[in-house]
Amino acid sequence: MRIPCPLCGSRDRREFYYYGSEDYLKRPSDQGSIDDLDNHLFLRDNPAGVTRDVWYHEAGCGVWMVVTRSTVTHEVLGSEPVAKQKEA
Amino acid sequence: MRYSGLKVITEGLFGNKGWKPAWRDAAPKAEYDAIIIGGGGHGLSTAYYLAKNHGMTNIAVLEKGYLGSGNIGRNTTIVRANYYMPGNSEFYSHSLKLWEGLEAELNYNVMHSQRGQLILAHSDGQRDTLARRGNAMINQGDDAELWTLDQVKEFAPYLDYAQTRFPIYGGLMHKRGGTARHDAVAWGYARGADQRGVDLIQNCEVTGIDIENGVVKGVQTTRGAIRAKKVGMVVAGRSSQVAAMAGMRLPIESHVLQAFVTEGLKPVIDSIISFGMGHFYISQSDKGGLVFGGDLDFYASYAARGNLPMVEHVMEAAMTLMPMIGRAKVLRSWGGIMDMSVDGSPIIDKTHIDGLFVDAGWNYGGFKAVPASGWCMAHLMATGESHEVARRFRLDRFRTGHVMDEEGTGSQHNLH
Repeated sequence: MRIPCPLCGSRDRREFYYYGSEDYLKRPSDQGSIDDLDNHLFLRDNPAGVTRDVWYHEAGCGVWMVVTRSTVTHEVLGSEPVAKQKEA
Repeated sequence: MRYSGLKVITEGLFGNKGWKPAWRDAAPKAEYDAIIIGGGGHGLSTAYYLAKNHGMTNIAVLEKGYLGSGNIGRNTTIVRANYYMPGNSEFYSHSLKLWEGLEAELNYNVMHSQRGQLILAHSDGQRDTLARRGNAMINQGDDAELWTLDQVKEFAPYLDYAQTRFPIYGGLMHKRGGTARHDAVAWGYARGADQRGVDLIQNCEVTGIDIENGVVKGVQTTRGAIRAKKVGMVVAGRSSQVAAMAGMRLPIESHVLQAFVTEGLKPVIDSIISFGMGHFYISQSDKGGLVFGGDLDFYASYAARGNLPMVEHVMEAAMTLMPMIGRAKVLRSWGGIMDMSVDGSPIIDKTHIDGLFVDAGWNYGGFKAVPASGWCMAHLMATGESHEVARRFRLDRFRTGHVMDEEGTGSQHNLH
């Protein structure tokens, strides 16, 4: 599997570290309830099909990014930096 | 029909014409006392123990494909009870005891072979950890022996002792550990459940779970609606999808784990060897193939096949541990979909929906748990209370902080 890094282009999957569903980025506020934290930390999306998950270009440029891909076919559909997503 | 050596001989003399199918091909009824979703190892053993231990025989197992078509037929067949943490330790101990009587119990040859499992230590710290784990196993009433380097050398002379990168310091031997014939476990439980009146319904995919006012009423399937007061979801590998039908999210991420088998060889490895420095373990099947596996591919997947980097990693680990394996040719490899829970331990619990139960999150350790998982899930579904050896496998343990992180790797699914 090759992953398109938004900064470096198509790179070997071994250069990246995996953090799971993009729910990882949706941290609840300080005033959030225990349920909010439970949902954020443990009850993340786990789709069979197209997913959006967080990867870190550990052995490359160090960018944090959201990758859109299929968990069923391993097809990678695209990626964008987390920073860009936060601006939007 | 009861199987025996005499039966094999007499059938052989008369052209093997007397054998009957091991179970009926049942059609779904409109209503059951309980439904088990999933006709794999855990689902079938749940049905068997519901009928045998609790007298519930008006029950059905719904399987979307054929019986035993999931991970029960796609694993590396290791059976062991060498867990450390309270909660896991008593559960797997119970499971191993059930394994030891399983063939007599089911009148079915599951080829359970207690050939021993040796975990290697490659540093003083790792040896200390193994000593601690061995003590926990002994306290649980199971067996463990801390072996010196000389004992390991005598037992497994083919390991690479000359290398400096991962020198072998000794190991922990669990003599009651071993392997079993994986498909036969599913078939044996299926046959036993069928004999007690359980309907095993194949090609029957559950497409919805009917819930009214927080109470489960039955399921929708590709073969029509079926009513039931109790429904158990026993579908590791697809737990998130089935739970979603009940509007639930589970603390599970699905990952692919690869395994490999070589061409058939003469007997060379007569136990299970676990390499302490890579997630690598190996045994030899009765057909002669070397069966081995390693780590997860590390990213969420439902593909049931892996990627090449992990193939390379597993082969490197194999060559590091036992260079002789370089002479063997890999015949095939495959991937299974693992319910990876957040702490690496399983879930057998009620849900917030009355009458709906869940047995999930088996990570890559589900095979050895088949007997006890069914035993405890049946107890839970029949009595409404957790069995004493499974009482810590709570669905809400992450929310309440009662996690059971056996490997101490933190709250990330793919690190367990």
